Amino acid sequence: MPSHTLKDMLPGQKAVVVRITGVGAIRRRLLEMGIITGTTVEMVRYAPLGDPLELKVNGALLSVRKEEAALIEILEQKTGEMSSET
Amino acid sequence: MKHKITVALAGNPNAGKTTIFNNLTGSHQHVGNYPGVTVEKKVGKAVYKDTEFTIIDLPGTYSLTAFSAEEMVARAVLIEENIDVVVNVVDASNLERNLNLTAQLKELGLPLIVALNMVDIASSQGISFNYGLLSQLLAVQVIPVTGTKNKGTTELLDAIIDVANNGCSLTAKPVRYEEYIEKQINFLERILPEALYKDFSRSVFLRRWFAIKLLEYDQDILSKLKEQPTYDSVIEQVNICRYLLLQKYKQDPEMLIVEGRYAFIRGACREALSYTPKEQATVTDRIDAIVLNRLLGLPIFLVIMWLLFQMTFTLGNPPMSLIESGFARFADLLNTLMPAGLLKSLIIDGIIGGVGGVIVFLPNILFLFLGISLLEASGYMARAAFVTDRLMHRIGLHGKSFIPMILGFGCSIPAIMATRTLENKRDRFVTMLIVPLMSCGARLPVYTLLTAAFFEKQTAGNILFSVYLVGVLLALIMAKVLRTWILPGESEPFVMELPVYRLPTVKNILMQMWIRAWLYLKKAGTVILAASVITWILFTFPLSGHDLQSYPNTSTQLEQSYAGQLGHLIEPVIRPLGFDWKTGIALVAGFAGKEIVVSTLGTLYSIEDTGSGEINAQESGFAERVREQSGYTPLVAYVLMLFVLIYVPCLATVAIIRHETNNWKWPLFLIGYTLALAWLVSFVVYRAGLLYGLGS
Repeated sequence: MPSHTLKDMLPGQKAVVVRITGVGAIRRRLLEMGIITGTTVEMVRYAPLGDPLELKVNGALLSVRKEEAALIEILEQKTGEMSSET
Repeated sequence: MKHKITVALAGNPNAGKTTIFNNLTGSHQHVGNYPGVTVEKKVGKAVYKDTEFTIIDLPGTYSLTAFSAEEMVARAVLIEENIDVVVNVVDASNLERNLNLTAQLKELGLPLIVALNMVDIASSQGISFNYGLLSQLLAVQVIPVTGTKNKGTTELLDAIIDVANNGCSLTAKPVRYEEYIEKQINFLERILPEALYKDFSRSVFLRRWFAIKLLEYDQDILSKLKEQPTYDSVIEQVNICRYLLLQKYKQDPEMLIVEGRYAFIRGACREALSYTPKEQATVTDRIDAIVLNRLLGLPIFLVIMWLLFQMTFTLGNPPMSLIESGFARFADLLNTLMPAGLLKSLIIDGIIGGVGGVIVFLPNILFLFLGISLLEASGYMARAAFVTDRLMHRIGLHGKSFIPMILGFGCSIPAIMATRTLENKRDRFVTMLIVPLMSCGARLPVYTLLTAAFFEKQTAGNILFSVYLVGVLLALIMAKVLRTWILPGESEPFVMELPVYRLPTVKNILMQMWIRAWLYLKKAGTVILAASVITWILFTFPLSGHDLQSYPNTSTQLEQSYAGQLGHLIEPVIRPLGFDWKTGIALVAGFAGKEIVVSTLGTLYSIEDTGSGEINAQESGFAERVREQSGYTPLVAYVLMLFVLIYVPCLATVAIIRHETNNWKWPLFLIGYTLALAWLVSFVVYRAGLLYGLGS
C-alpha cells in the first residue's frame, strides 16, 4: 500500500497518525500540538485559497500547510472514503 | 510565613493567561523586553493577606524545548530566577495538549499549581471533570478558575500562599517513562558534571531534567554542556544512550519522551474526564463554516480589514486634528507671548512640533489596538492568517504579515506596532522593513501637489494609482529579497492553533490599549523628540542673523542653514534623477515627515505663509507657482513622487523600528536600503522616460 500522508485527505475524512517524517522545528511543533503516533486526526477544510488546511486534533482546531501535512503519514479510517490519489 | 512570593505564570497561547494575569495584578503591571530579545516581559504586583506577590507572566508556549525565543525565555526564567511557585494556566477545553506543558513543568520540579481555566467552555462541549482525581493523578494541586468572570482568583492566591509556605509534596513525583528509558535517564543523571546544574538550586529534579534534555539533544543544554571540561566523555555516553533507545524502540529519543508524556497525560485524562459528545456542532464550528468558507472566506476577511482600517484612521482622525489644532493654538499663544528669538523658535518649532508629532498619532494607535485586541481576543486573528497564508507564503512570509501591510497604507507607525502578532522574529523584521513601502497617508499631500501641478485632471488618478502600485510591488519584491539574503532561514512552521471563538472582555481590551499607548509615548516619544530637536538645529543654524523676525521660514535662511547646505551637497547625487538642490532641501526636510516636503517646497518657492504653517496642497496658486518656478517636467515630478514614496520613511517610523527591534541596526538598515532603492528606481524611471522622449 502506498503510504498516505495527511496531505492526501479530503475534508471530512479521519485518519490515525502512523509516523512523522519531518525533522527539527516542524517535527517538534507537530509533536507538541499533540500530533503523535496513534492520534486521530480529522481533516476539516482547505483554506479559501487551497492552502493551508484545517485539522481537528483531540477536539482542538489546528492549521497546517500542505508541505507540513505531507510529513505526517497516516492510516485512513474506514468511515471516510479513500481519496482518489494520483 | 513568607511575605514575599515570586510567581511565574506559565501556559499555552490562548489558554487565557493574560486574563488571569490581569485578574491577579489589576493595573499594577510593568511591561518591558527581556534583554537581547524582542520577547515581551510582563511583571505585575499584587498584595493579598499581608503577602506581596511578584507575578511574572511568561510568554505563552506549548512546550519547554529550545526552538523559539519565547520558550528559551520561559525556561530561563523558570530555571535561573528564584521562582517560589509556578502557576500553570490550563485550557480545560483542550486538556490533553495543555497538559503537555504541565508534564514538562512537573519535570522541572518547581512547586506547581494548575489553574484550570475555561471550564465553562469545556462543559459546553460536554466535558466534565473529577477535580480531586485529576489533581491526584497529575500529582498537582488543581484550582478551577474562570478568568473571564474573575472567578477563582482568591482561591488561586490562597493556594499559592499555601504552596509557597508548605511546599507541595505532590510535585515530588515527576512523569515516569518506560523502564528502559528510565534506566538511561538515571545513568545520565549520575554522570552529569555537577557544574552544569549547581547554579540553579530551586528545583528538586534538576539533574533529572538536564539528563532528559540531553537525551532529547536539546541544543541549549548541549551548548551549556560544551563549556564543561568533561564534555567529550559525557557526550559520548549521551550518544550511547540515544543509540540504545533507537535500537530498542526504533524511534528517536525525542519522540519517545514526548510519547511518554502523552501516555501519562492520556492516562490521567481517561480517568478524570468524562466526555459526552454533543450532537450539534459547536458555536466555533458554525462560525468557521461561514468565516472560512471557500467562497466567503476572502470577502469576509477583506471586509474585516476594511473595518479595521476605517476604525484606525477614520475614527482616529477627528481627535487627531483636534490634537493638531490644540498644539497649533498653543504655539500661536506662545508666539504672541514670547519675544522673538532662538528660544522661541526652539520651543515652538522644535519641542512643541516634536511632542505634537508624537501625540498626534495616539488616537490612531489607540483605535488600532482596540481593533487588534478585538481580533485577537475573539479568535479571528489566527483565521485571518489562515486565509491569507497562501499569498504571503509565496513571498516567504507568514499569513499574519498581511494585516500590518494593509495598515501601512494608513500610517507606518501603527502598522509596525501591529507586527507584534508575528511570532517568528525573521518574519516580523522583514514585515517591519517592507511596511514603509506601502504608501502612507502623509505622502498623499506630496502626490496631490505634484499631480495638480504637472498632470491633467484626467490622468491624475492613474498617476496616483501607479505610485501606490509601485509601492506594493516593491514591498513584495523586497520581502522576497530580504527573506532570501538578509534574513534567511527556515520559515516558521505554520502549524498553528485556531482558538475557540470567545467574547473578549472589556477589561482585557482596555488594558491592552492602555499598555500599548503608554509604551508608544514613552519609548518612541523620547527618540522622536530628540530627532525633532536635531532637525530644528539643522534648519536653524548657522543663523543668517538679521531676519529673526520672520524666522526661519524664509528661503534665504533655509538655503544658508545646514539643511540647505546639505541640499547643495547632495545635488551631484540627485542630479542624475533630474532634481536640483532645492528639491534636495525638500527631501532632507522630508526625513522628519513626508508631508513636510510640501511645506518646504512652499517656503522655497516663496509661498505666502498664512502664519499657521498650513499650506493647502490643492490650492491652485501653490501648484501653479511650483510648476512655474521649479522647472520640473512632468517626468521629473513623477520621479520625485516615486522618490518620496520609497526613500526613508519619517523619523517617527525609524524611531518605532528602533524600539520594536530593540536595536539600531535595523532602522539604520532601513534608511540605507530605502535610499538606495529610491535612487535606483528613480534613476531607471527617469532615464527610461528620457529615452522615450518624455523629458519635456
